[in-house]
Order: sequence, then C-alpha cells, then structure tokens
Amino acid sequence: MIEEMRNNDGVSFKHVLDIDSFTRSDIELVLENTSAMEEVLNRNIKKVPALRGKTIVTLFYEPSTRTRVSFEQAGKILSADVINVTDSTSSSSKGESLYNTVLTIQAMKADIIVIRHHHSGAPHFLARNLKSHVINAGDGVHAHPTQSLLDLYTIKKRLGSIDGKKVTIIGDLLYSRVARSNLWGLTKMGARVVLCGPQTLIPNDFLNGHRKQEGHPFASVEIESSVEKALDGADVVMALRLQRERQQAGHLPSLREYSQSYGINSQRLKLANKDALLMHPGPMNEGVEIEPDVAHGNQSVIEDQVTGGVAVRMSLLYTLAAGSDNEILPRP
Amino acid sequence: MHSRGVPLAKRISSIIHGFESKTVDVGILDIGLYRDDISEKGSQRMRPTDIPVDINSKRVVIVDDVLYTGRSIRAAMDALNDFGRPGQIQLAVLVDRGHRELPIRPDYVGKNVPTAKEEDVHVRLEETDGLDEVVIEANEEN
Amino acid sequence: MESRVLPESLVIRGGRVIDPSANLDKVSDLFLIGDKIAEIGNLEHIPTGTKVFEASGMVVCPGFIDIHCHLREPGQEYKETIASGTKAAAAGGFTTVCAMPNTDPPIDNRSILEFVTSKARSEGSVRVLPIGCVTKRSEGRELAEMAELADAGAIGFSDDGHPVWDANIMRQALSYGAGLGLPIINHCEVPELAQGASMNEGWIATRLGIRGMPNSAEEIMVARDISLAELTGGHVHLAHVSTSGTLSLVKEAKRRGVKVTCEVTPHHLTLTDQLVMGSFEEENAFDPLSSFAYDTSAKVNPPLRSKEDVSVMAEGLSDGTIDFIATDHAPHSAIDKMCTFQEAAFGISVLETALGSVLTLVHNGLITLPKLISKLTTEPASFLNSNLGTLQVGKPADITIFDPNREWYVDSSKFLSKGKNTPLNGQYLKGKVKATFLGGQKVYEDS
Repeated sequence: MIEEMRNNDGVSFKHVLDIDSFTRSDIELVLENTSAMEEVLNRNIKKVPALRGKTIVTLFYEPSTRTRVSFEQAGKILSADVINVTDSTSSSSKGESLYNTVLTIQAMKADIIVIRHHHSGAPHFLARNLKSHVINAGDGVHAHPTQSLLDLYTIKKRLGSIDGKKVTIIGDLLYSRVARSNLWGLTKMGARVVLCGPQTLIPNDFLNGHRKQEGHPFASVEIESSVEKALDGADVVMALRLQRERQQAGHLPSLREYSQSYGINSQRLKLANKDALLMHPGPMNEGVEIEPDVAHGNQSVIEDQVTGGVAVRMSLLYTLAAGSDNEILPRP
Repeated sequence: MHSRGVPLAKRISSIIHGFESKTVDVGILDIGLYRDDISEKGSQRMRPTDIPVDINSKRVVIVDDVLYTGRSIRAAMDALNDFGRPGQIQLAVLVDRGHRELPIRPDYVGKNVPTAKEEDVHVRLEETDGLDEVVIEANEEN
Repeated sequence: MESRVLPESLVIRGGRVIDPSANLDKVSDLFLIGDKIAEIGNLEHIPTGTKVFEASGMVVCPGFIDIHCHLREPGQEYKETIASGTKAAAAGGFTTVCAMPNTDPPIDNRSILEFVTSKARSEGSVRVLPIGCVTKRSEGRELAEMAELADAGAIGFSDDGHPVWDANIMRQALSYGAGLGLPIINHCEVPELAQGASMNEGWIATRLGIRGMPNSAEEIMVARDISLAELTGGHVHLAHVSTSGTLSLVKEAKRRGVKVTCEVTPHHLTLTDQLVMGSFEEENAFDPLSSFAYDTSAKVNPPLRSKEDVSVMAEGLSDGTIDFIATDHAPHSAIDKMCTFQEAAFGISVLETALGSVLTLVHNGLITLPKLISKLTTEPASFLNSNLGTLQVGKPADITIFDPNREWYVDSSKFLSKGKNTPLNGQYLKGKVKATFLGGQKVYEDS
C-alpha cells in the first residue's frame, strides 16, 4: 500500500518562499492535503505523530499573534516541538544581525524555520545560509504564501472551484504582500483577477504596458479604476488593509478620501454576486477599507480564513518535513 | 484503509448484511500522518479519514488489499488508537504476500501468495479500476 | 669617486602596442629607460643589461587611469586600505587611481588630503591622486576650502556617496571650481525620489518587493547640473551615469557647448537589474525566484538598470557622449553584505574585473579595442589635464600589458582587494592583465 503511494504524485519542496514556484498541481496537492488536515482538527484527540521529533522554530520580527499562533498550533498538532522567537526575545534589539540570530537557531538543529520579517528577501537569506527548511510567513512587501494558500482554500471550499471566478482585489497593492502572492496563486488557478485602487498604490509597471511582454505572468490581470465596475458580478471580493503610513508617504490625501472612493460597504457589496465571498487578510481597519456591517455580515468569510489557516499550515509543514534536501530549483 | 481496502470493506459489510441482516459500519482511514518513513518516501496526497462511529470497546477489523511488510497496519493501529480504545482490533487482507518486517499477522486472509521482493502485487477492483483481478509483476525498477 | 648608477632599462618585446593618443596600433617593441618611455619600434639590438619582458600575443598600452575609486582609508580600513586597494588597482591594470573623499573623516582639508597622499607614496602600489570634498564634512551646506585642497593636489571635488543636494551650493561650487580650473564631480540622485530604495525601479523590483529608484531620480539632477554648468561656465562631471535619459541630456548639452563630461562604470555597461534575482544567465524575468534571489552583491548605487538602459551605454561610450570609463570601485567587508537586501551596503569591488568586463563590449563588436583603451587612458588623462595615459617618448612609463583573449574564472576570495563583493564571482571573463608597470617598475605580474 505504501509502495503504491510512492509512485503516486509524491511532491517534495525544500522551502516555501512564495507561490511563484508552485505549479498548479502543487497548489492542488496542498489544498487537498489541507482538507485532510481539517478533518484532524475536528477530532477529539487533535494530535498525530507525523512530525514527531522535528523541531520548528518560529522567528517573527514583526508582531503577529494570529499567524504565529496558527503556525504554532499547526506544528503542535503534528507532534513537532515548536520554539517561538519573537523580536523582543531575540537579540536583534541589541543590534545582533539577522545572520547571527540565525546561526544561533541553526545550532538548535531546527528542521523548519518559519520567518516573518519586515525586509523583503529575509526568508531567501535564511534559505541560502542554513540547512533548515524555510517557510515565509510574510517578508516585507514581497510575499505571504501561506495566507494566499489559505485564501485559495477558502474560495475553493466555499465556491467549489477557482477557475473562471471573478476575484476583485481592492486597495493597496503596492504595499500588500498578501495581494502579490494572491496574484500568483489566483492566476495559476485560472481565476479572473481584477485590481482596483488609487493609481498611486498600483506598481508603475502594472500600468505602463510592461505586461504586454510575452509570457508575462500577470498579462491577464485587469486594472479597473472604477470600484463599481470592479465589483460588478464579482464572485470574491478581497479588501486589502490600508495603513495610515500611506498618507504620510504622500500616496494619498487622506484615509477619509480613500474610504469614500474605495471602501467596501453594503451598497457596493450588492454589486457583486449574491453569494460573493468577502475576504480580508486581517487585521482590518474597520471604517477605512471595510465597513463593520459587511466585515461581520453573512458574506464575510473572514472567520473561515482564520480556521483554514491552521489546516493549510499543517499541510505545508507536513509536506516540507517530508521534503528532500535538494532545492526544487537548482542554481543556474 | 485507503485506497482499495475501502471498497473491499464495503463489499464485506454488504455481504454480512446479506447473511445476518445486521449493519456493520465502515470507516475510512488515511495513514499518511502515521507513517514511519516520511523522510524517505516524501509526502503524499492525503485523503480524508472518516470514522463515523465511536469505536470504544468495539471489535474493529482493519481491511486492506495487500499485506506486505506490515508497516501500514502498524500505522493504522496507531491511527485507530487516536480515535478511541477499541475492544479488539483484527486484520483482514485479500492477499498476504509475505516478507513481514514487523510482528503483524492477519486474522482473515483471502489468499496466501508467496512472492519475491523484486515482484509487485497489484490488486484491481471493479469499483476503482473497472475489473477484479490480482496481478503479480516483476518490478521494473530492478 | 662617485659611481654612477645607470638607470634601469627594460624592453617590452613583441606586443601589439596600442596608444590611442598617437593613433598607434601595431606590433612593436617598447623600450624604457628609467621611468620614462625611450623608444617604440622594432629593436634590432638590445643593449646589454636590459631586462626583457616577452609580450607577444599581448596588448601593450598606457596604464589605465581610474577617476573614481574608493580606497576607504582613513576610517574604514576594515573594508580596504590604500595598500590593498592600490595592489588591486595594479592587478587590474590601473597605474593611476583618484581617491574619492568620502572617507572618515572626509577629505575636506589639507591635512587629511596629505595623509592620503603620503600613505599612498609610502604604501601604495600605484599613483594615487586625491579628490577633495565639495562641501565641509561633505554635508552639503558650506563649501570646503577648495583652493587649499587644490593647492595640496586635489584634481577635482566631489561629495560622492551622495549628491550635492542644494542647487545653490552646486551653483556656487561650479563657479568657485571654475575659478580654480577644476571640475565638480556629482553623484546625481534626487533623494526624495530615491528614498528607501535599493535597486532599479521596474518589474524586477516590483516582484521582489523592493523599493526602486526610478531613472528620473538621476535624470532630474543631471538636467539641473547641466543647466548650472551652463549658467556658471563651470565644469560638471557626472559620476557613474546609468540611464539612457541621462545620455540624451548629455549629448544635447555637449552639442550646445556646455562644459559637461561623464563617466560610466564597467557594471553599468554590462550588467542589468535581473542580477538581483540571483542568476547570471539570460534568465526569464518571469521565472520563479530561487533562494539565491536578493543577491546583495548586485546592490550598487546607481543601481544596475534595465536591459533597455544598459543596451545603449556601449554606444554612448563609442560615440563620445560618455567620455571615459571609471570603476567606482566600492569595496565592502563580508559583514556589510551578509544581510537582507535592504540592509546591505551599496557597492561593487571592481578594480580586478574591470578590464575583463569592458572587453565584453569588444568581443561583442560594440566598440573597437583601440577606442576602448582610449576610454581607459587617453580620455581620463585629458580630463586630468595630465601627461599620463600615453606611450609617447619622454612620458612616464606607466604601462599595462594584457591578454585580451585569456579566459579566466572570477574567484573573489583570491582578490587582492579586501572587497570580495562582486556579482561576477563564479563567472568567466575573457581578458586579463598580464603585467602592470608604474614609472618603469613592475607593480604587478599575473602568476
């Protein structure tokens, strides 16, 4: 029986740095395994021995209770030993470099490191300097692959499929790592993606014709300046968080104006499909990008996004722990 | 057990129902999270586990198509124990091909088929493969 | 009786002698007496006691001159010293380098300048010419004592590392410099547009989630400085140009007769921002990122630009819009680059790979070899108003001998520079220095 399974689409990753390196079938595998993991979460005894003896270290340089707890729970259910290192407990406040902190952790013989850092590329830095597997829990404005996978899982679970669905993403694309990972994930899974937001918060090369280049992965993504047109007939509405710093950096005149032009309220949400899902990666700025009544309304699947998170992370930890030591992409 | 143990278990359950007019519940077990060889064989596609009834104090029969090293069965027993404390666990297999690596023995065997390690035993069932047959093949990799 | 010490003599035999200043390109022998060039020609008879250096199959040309080099001493000796930096220069075929003043303390007064020149005399392997700061402590607020710096030997002024931010200060500096007959060398970068940026703005930066510097950040200040040079009659030299827009502005300004000159680095002639993705191959910019992405050895200011910009640089060099090549050698220690991309220091260690890099243009037919050599010798010499960069009889015997076809593997751990930071590490280059002579003395030979 196990022998039969061996020939049957076993997949091994060395790291989970971003969705750009997942093929469509890789994503489907992760989503299927996530369903199986959700079943474990519904048992009385929420523990399986799959990762027994493995050490997972979570290294969070940016505060995030939700994501860190999600990974911790995922690891513990799989019987791994989980050690949490947060910015205040690490020595980085003493000026110790990322590299030194990381060598210290390597000495702990961590099998998997989960890192969240405010600089893009921090997980890649770890991945090329350490023997451990690395999962990116959010790096700078580059990527947040686990969030994207759980968004895909939520959509698949609620709507049955992702192909052909109109997914409208509204807000700050420039600074949103979740949106960027979602662009990769959604386009790979065949969704029709529409982006909408103030022009100052859309990266210039999405606007300047660069996407006409042959083979551009985001050639099919539509940019819509009218929020009404963007929402019309949408199957999924994703609201992105808008931070006050954007106003200070000169991108916007005020959060108030943003809210008036792009905020998701019940009136705008009516333009989407009747059963459209309302998603938000959290944490929400209620009253800015999303109104409280829709945030907690019955189209909102924001709660699902949280629960799904543990199952997705279990699925990834399981896949990585079984992973080979050869990186899936060789250095050219 | 996934995957061909499931239709076999269903057939057995319906045959028993035919004889005794009693319903024997059928559960589905995926042992992916209990295997002892994850690092060597890589992770696999997992399928759902579904144990529909309380198994405490019950007699549970594990049904699989081929019994080989016995490691899958050990993993299945570990999985079952996480769902409760069965009164008795028994093992029913369609084919026992020998070469046990653990002290596991079946209670019910369809057929003993001695094989060499270089051979593969494939069980095919109507429900999953369109026909019923058991085939022994030389392993192409050797 | 006083014994007379005869000056040493040397013959460099059988090389292809290329001296753009004399329009010379032919296989010839080069005869040196003491520290001067004595004769070029086919020597039938070599005087006894003359040393011979066999150069057949090699190119023999004037020693290269680098107008833009960071030697890091005083203050940052862990990155480089005058001793190690000049050894690296010699290995790269450079016989003269100009030391940028952004040391610690910066070179804004005579005593620090004299520290550098005297260190160079005692420990340097090649000639070091100093550049003074434009402003006091390079802070951009008040002019440095430029006359004193000039008197002590400064060949120009720069606040390199950052631009002269204030347009009025730049205007005054150009004017004051004009009075001294010396140029202001500016690093053109509008800070508000480049704030927090680490690489070229474009698709690669977007997908890496790194803030980029748009071409406009350079071009706006280039336009400003051209206008100020025109206004004051001063000479502005644009350091390390990198965009096609800059070239257009310079071309147009030269046509109008403005005193503007500019330089380009080997990396801005040959490398693109795709290197930040961590692969050297002509890789598809849409491929998935590997863990080698965010390559800090490709972090430099101005940043490596897009394919479109790099592709016009060679022509700009060839048609004279760009006056010469300068390395902007910026050595860093491993600590400065062993971190996230955002935290890493800007800069590439260039001296030892410069020749191999720029010869790519010759190998690809984008520029002729004699013209390329002029961009390393005649043109920088003319910028310095000096008698260097030439093989004419009676001139200093600064000579570089190189094999333009020698393929070699770049192993930065073997660099003579303390700076091992280069994206070329692990690559092959075609063209290597065989030997370098300064004033007739051999200061480098390839083993």
